[in-house]
Amino acid sequence: MPLVLNEEQNMLKDAAKDFCGKSTPITELRKLRDDKDETGFSRDIWQQMVELGWAGITIPEDFGGLGFGYLGMGVVMEECGRTLTASPLMSTAVLGSSAILSGASDEQKAELLPALAGGELLTALALEETPHHSPYNISTTAEKSGDGYKLNGSKKFVLDGHVADQLVVVARSSGTAGDRDGLSLFLVAADSDGISTTRTIMADSRNAANIELSNVQAPATALLGAEGKGADVLDKVLDVGRIVLSAEMLGGLQEAFERTLEYLKVREQFGVPIGSFQALKHRAAEMFCEIELSKSVVLEALSALDEDSDEVPKLASLAKARLTDTYNLVSSEAIQMHGGIGMTDEHEIGFFMKRARVCEHSFGNAAYHRNRYGELEGY
Amino acid sequence: MATLREFREETQAWLADNCPDSMRGSGTDAEAVAGGTSQTYENPGAKVWLDRMAEKGWTAPMWPSEYGGGGLSRDQFLILQDEMIRINARSPIGGMGFSMIGPTLLDYGTEEQKQRHLPKIVNGEIRWCQGYSEPGAGSDLASLATKAEDMGDHFLVNGQKIWTSGAQNADWIFTLVRTEPQAPKHEGISFVLIDMDQPGVKVNPIKLISGSSPFNETFFDDAIAKKEDLVGQLNRGWTVAKRLLQHERSSISGMSSGGRRGRYDNLRSLSQIARDYIGMDDGKLADLVLRDQIIGNTMTSKAFSLTQRRAAAENASGGTPTFATSMFKYYGSELGKDRLELQLKAMGTQSFGWEGDMFTSEERTLTRTWLRSKGSSIAGGTSEIQLNIIAKRVLGLPD
Ligand SMILES: Cc1cc2nc3c(=O)[nH]c(=O)nc-3n(C[C@H](O)[C@H](O)[C@H](O)COP(=O)(O)OP(=O)(O)OC[C@H]3O[C@@H](n4cnc5c(N)ncnc54)[C@H](O)[C@@H]3O)c2cc1C
Repeated sequence: MPLVLNEEQNMLKDAAKDFCGKSTPITELRKLRDDKDETGFSRDIWQQMVELGWAGITIPEDFGGLGFGYLGMGVVMEECGRTLTASPLMSTAVLGSSAILSGASDEQKAELLPALAGGELLTALALEETPHHSPYNISTTAEKSGDGYKLNGSKKFVLDGHVADQLVVVARSSGTAGDRDGLSLFLVAADSDGISTTRTIMADSRNAANIELSNVQAPATALLGAEGKGADVLDKVLDVGRIVLSAEMLGGLQEAFERTLEYLKVREQFGVPIGSFQALKHRAAEMFCEIELSKSVVLEALSALDEDSDEVPKLASLAKARLTDTYNLVSSEAIQMHGGIGMTDEHEIGFFMKRARVCEHSFGNAAYHRNRYGELEGY
Repeated sequence: MATLREFREETQAWLADNCPDSMRGSGTDAEAVAGGTSQTYENPGAKVWLDRMAEKGWTAPMWPSEYGGGGLSRDQFLILQDEMIRINARSPIGGMGFSMIGPTLLDYGTEEQKQRHLPKIVNGEIRWCQGYSEPGAGSDLASLATKAEDMGDHFLVNGQKIWTSGAQNADWIFTLVRTEPQAPKHEGISFVLIDMDQPGVKVNPIKLISGSSPFNETFFDDAIAKKEDLVGQLNRGWTVAKRLLQHERSSISGMSSGGRRGRYDNLRSLSQIARDYIGMDDGKLADLVLRDQIIGNTMTSKAFSLTQRRAAAENASGGTPTFATSMFKYYGSELGKDRLELQLKAMGTQSFGWEGDMFTSEERTLTRTWLRSKGSSIAGGTSEIQLNIIAKRVLGLPD
């Protein structure tokens, strides 16, 4: 695997850096928060992202996408991570696209992928039911009813659940909570009868919702993948999500680190820059090392997705565990090294720590992924 | 690319024909060959392997062929490494000639010095050691006091070095000496090569916590260094010294092999050892706390080796090592120490066997490997010094 970006990917990265720097600096997130914006992101910015082709980066050209693959998506998300850009990229262009790419029938693909790439359709993955990531621990039921299914249950922490047009609902058609077998994925319209959605306002000022499903009718054609075999699709989608989210985290933690480094050089105490104190120098140098390792695992994991390698599950866990630990470390140290000013809402450095913790719990924390890595290695 | 494929095929065929069976599979540290007049070969295959590899210049694959090296590009070198690893071929020879003084002479030596010294490293004739540290000059290396007086056609060297690894078996020593006592400390140092086969050089072994005596005190008592063995300019040896340290760190961290070979590659994996000594319960190692730590170390090792490979890919031109070497030196040695600590925890009371048949030879070896690992974050510049370098050179933090 290359472990270096090619020219096309570098150009995409530069374009993304330019766009995020100009159009979605952290002041935009602050504004959405302070204005209590109902959607929590800007439709106007989203439209511009769509025009840049970002909604279809991973969608093949035949379906109206860019076909740039996950390395392409990764570099864009990394830049979005630097500016903490709120957008439906993750829920729609990453999770939604990969669910449809890996689970949908040919007809579904032909209908949905161009709409996704064109930004006309927003999706959300309705998975979690407890405060901890536990993808097979699903109690939401899918009972056979007529030609289709009836869905009942409640979902938490559904990324962009409050703005999605279509929901990918993970439900159980057989077995008991905890079983990998018996899960089924359904694509249902978010305005279907029986669905009620409540937006959750979170510390990172980003977007998620809790969703109640009460006797929601889903036709048999709503199935993504085979009945009872939804985990085959879900595992893939989650690994994609873990890896691309790791790319976002890589952007955020580098930005937090660079800002902190700059502060160490300009803030003076005892008549000298605080960056001359060895206690801070060594911690900064240690963070530098962790960041270099983080860059490598993200690159390797993104390439593995593009190559559809057998290593994807392990690399997804490697990336998500490492980026979780590193983002937590860097964002906490960032506040400590800024002193009092770091604790203020006015200063932007605190935004990174809030984002880090929400990322930590998206798609499994570090302990979850260490355990999974061990299982994948057979011990 | 076609030529690289050809190179791989040729290399595969040559290795298959020429690597003796006895040189395949991991060997013990004691079996490792370092060359020089003191080298003995209990296994005749080791000598055959060395001679065949030296003949092709593949003991120093990337050195120019005019000095006996293999003249390989970085890509070819990595292919050679891969192919050797594939058949489990041992490295034919190692040591400070290859990892430190050779590359430094290539950077700073005169044509005459390269001609005179490099071929004897390549073919294993001469073994080298490093005379840097002194009792009063460790991390603050530039405060060294061993002095060399200009006697016209030679320097007269007096003073003491310490922690000189391998001096008891070495033929030559590369040494930092003070040639201008009045100058500021970095500006009065010269870098000289000294033949150890002379009455003015004495070596006294020091025993390590691991029980062996791989390093020494080295005394210079009117020892002679020839003028033609001054490397770089007089009083400008610090520049040469720093470059050598980069080569040393890049070798300690496995960077110089492009991340292909790790220091503890010859040990069984942590999870295998833990399986043997702790057992499994419901598909998992029975001690869940230790399991989490072992997985963590294994994952970090994977991330580290990916980073070595990424650095190698970015550095594809095969240029001189950069300050990234400090990161690899620091992180790699700390990671290795953590690994051995976990090994101890996994083996329980079988982990501290010293002698005798109540412990297997693997167990006894591990005890000593664990003890020896503590030196990895001290030798070649301590971990703290590496962090200082990263903070200053990479992050640009003020003094
Ligand atoms: C196994 C082994 C093999 C060796 N082989 C050789 C060899 O072949 N040739 C050779 O010349 N030398 C060799 N050395 C010596 C090695 O280079 C020195 O031990 C090392 O540079 C540290 O010097 P010191 O032992 O004097 O420790 P000191 O410099 O006294 O350090 C003691 C402690 O203080 C810390 N410290 C010192 N300065 C600073 C600072 N500025 N900031 C923060 N912390 C600091 C150190 O990190 C360390 O923790 C070897 C050492 C070992 C352990």
